[in-house]
Amino acid sequence: MKFLKEYRDSKLAGEILEKIKKVSKKPAKLMEVCGTHTVSIFRHGIRDILPHNITLISGPGCPVCVTPNKHIDEAIELCRRPGVILTTFGDMMKVPGSESSLSAEKALGADIRIVYSTLDAVDIAVNNPEKEVVFFGIGFETTSPTIAAAVLRAEREGLTNFSVLGAQKLIPQAIRALLDNNETGINGFILPGHVSALIGIKPYEFIAREFSIPAVIIGFEPVDILQGILMLVKQIEEGTARVEIQYSRGVPQEGNPHAMKVLFKVFEPSDAVWRGIGTIPGTGLKLRKRYRKYDAVKKFGIEIRESREHPGCRCGEVLRGVITPLECGLYGKACLPEHPIGPCMVSVEGTCAAYYKYGKRS
Amino acid sequence: MCLAIPAKIISIDDNIAEVEIAGVTRKVSLDLAPEAKLDDYVLVHAGFAIQVIDEEEALKTLELFKEILEHEVS
Ligand code: SF4
Repeated sequence: MKFLKEYRDSKLAGEILEKIKKVSKKPAKLMEVCGTHTVSIFRHGIRDILPHNITLISGPGCPVCVTPNKHIDEAIELCRRPGVILTTFGDMMKVPGSESSLSAEKALGADIRIVYSTLDAVDIAVNNPEKEVVFFGIGFETTSPTIAAAVLRAEREGLTNFSVLGAQKLIPQAIRALLDNNETGINGFILPGHVSALIGIKPYEFIAREFSIPAVIIGFEPVDILQGILMLVKQIEEGTARVEIQYSRGVPQEGNPHAMKVLFKVFEPSDAVWRGIGTIPGTGLKLRKRYRKYDAVKKFGIEIRESREHPGCRCGEVLRGVITPLECGLYGKACLPEHPIGPCMVSVEGTCAAYYKYGKRS
Repeated sequence: MCLAIPAKIISIDDNIAEVEIAGVTRKVSLDLAPEAKLDDYVLVHAGFAIQVIDEEEALKTLELFKEILEHEVS
């Protein structure tokens, strides 16, 4: 298929790999921020073919994984309310909250529906005027504009039975928080292609300017990833730090200003709690005053006093790139894809799930 | 979760486009990429076109690399 096949060409990939081997001398610890990259890197065995001085570590870019239990508990509380249809993306179903999960609640009879698009959730509201339809929305800049578009459509249609439980997050300042903590000694960033398709290059410029670390916005096919790694190691060898775009077919410098306008018409930045990282100022999104009537937490008066996490789960450190899943005592024993203990094992894009699926056992 | 796949627009009706992804057609919203035109390739994420693929840039990326590699070999 066009725009995929060419970037999966194994001959081209092999040649770029050779070039990486030739260029790369210094130790290079590269963090892939995005969970979609993590999966692609594992699927194509990229970690195993890179020279030993290049290490790839996974970061906080799985929206399911960084959603703290509080929001899952809120969703559970909501789906238990009579007359509520809770809609969400499939990824959230199995994530354990403090005491239950959405799939467990569904098995007990809650009306929870998995949707492919936020507009499907709006359609459910249109078709069920006697019910309250709540969309449990997680995601980064790639997904959040689609949630904003759904709110605008609900407004256009004058719906009063649609609301959003929002737990979306913004990526660039989370990278700053990781760098401020300075726990991992990252030498380069593999920046998320599809978040960047929306936000463009500018929001990342501080990485090079303030921290002198190179960063490249990279696509998701194997040739893209290898090409991007080559761009990073070249910068590392030269001792320069710039933000570059490898994925130029999908990421114009300015991103998608129209979609960002839609996003910020409906939402405004707020502080957000990231699992394992804590509160990062300005990385959340809350509905603007005009759209507050679509806020499910307010509408239903939801208040979660205390959320609990499994004491043994080390997702937080995994998400900060401080440990690999292999260092978690529960990995592959008590915590397995069939009965995950933490979200990093639930989500297909979670680092623990990727390690397990692609056979990293020790 | 931030997966988006390239798809070709085969028809447009108001702000809804019909796209073809690997031989299958589906409807996507153009609310976030209203500039997309017939025959454009777009990145589709969760039922929305989120970006128009720049064909020229796509070719440039591949050409550039082939060139560098050929140059290396010679
Ligand atoms: S292996 Fe399981 S328990 Fe350990 S960090 Fe990963 S998700 Fe948490």
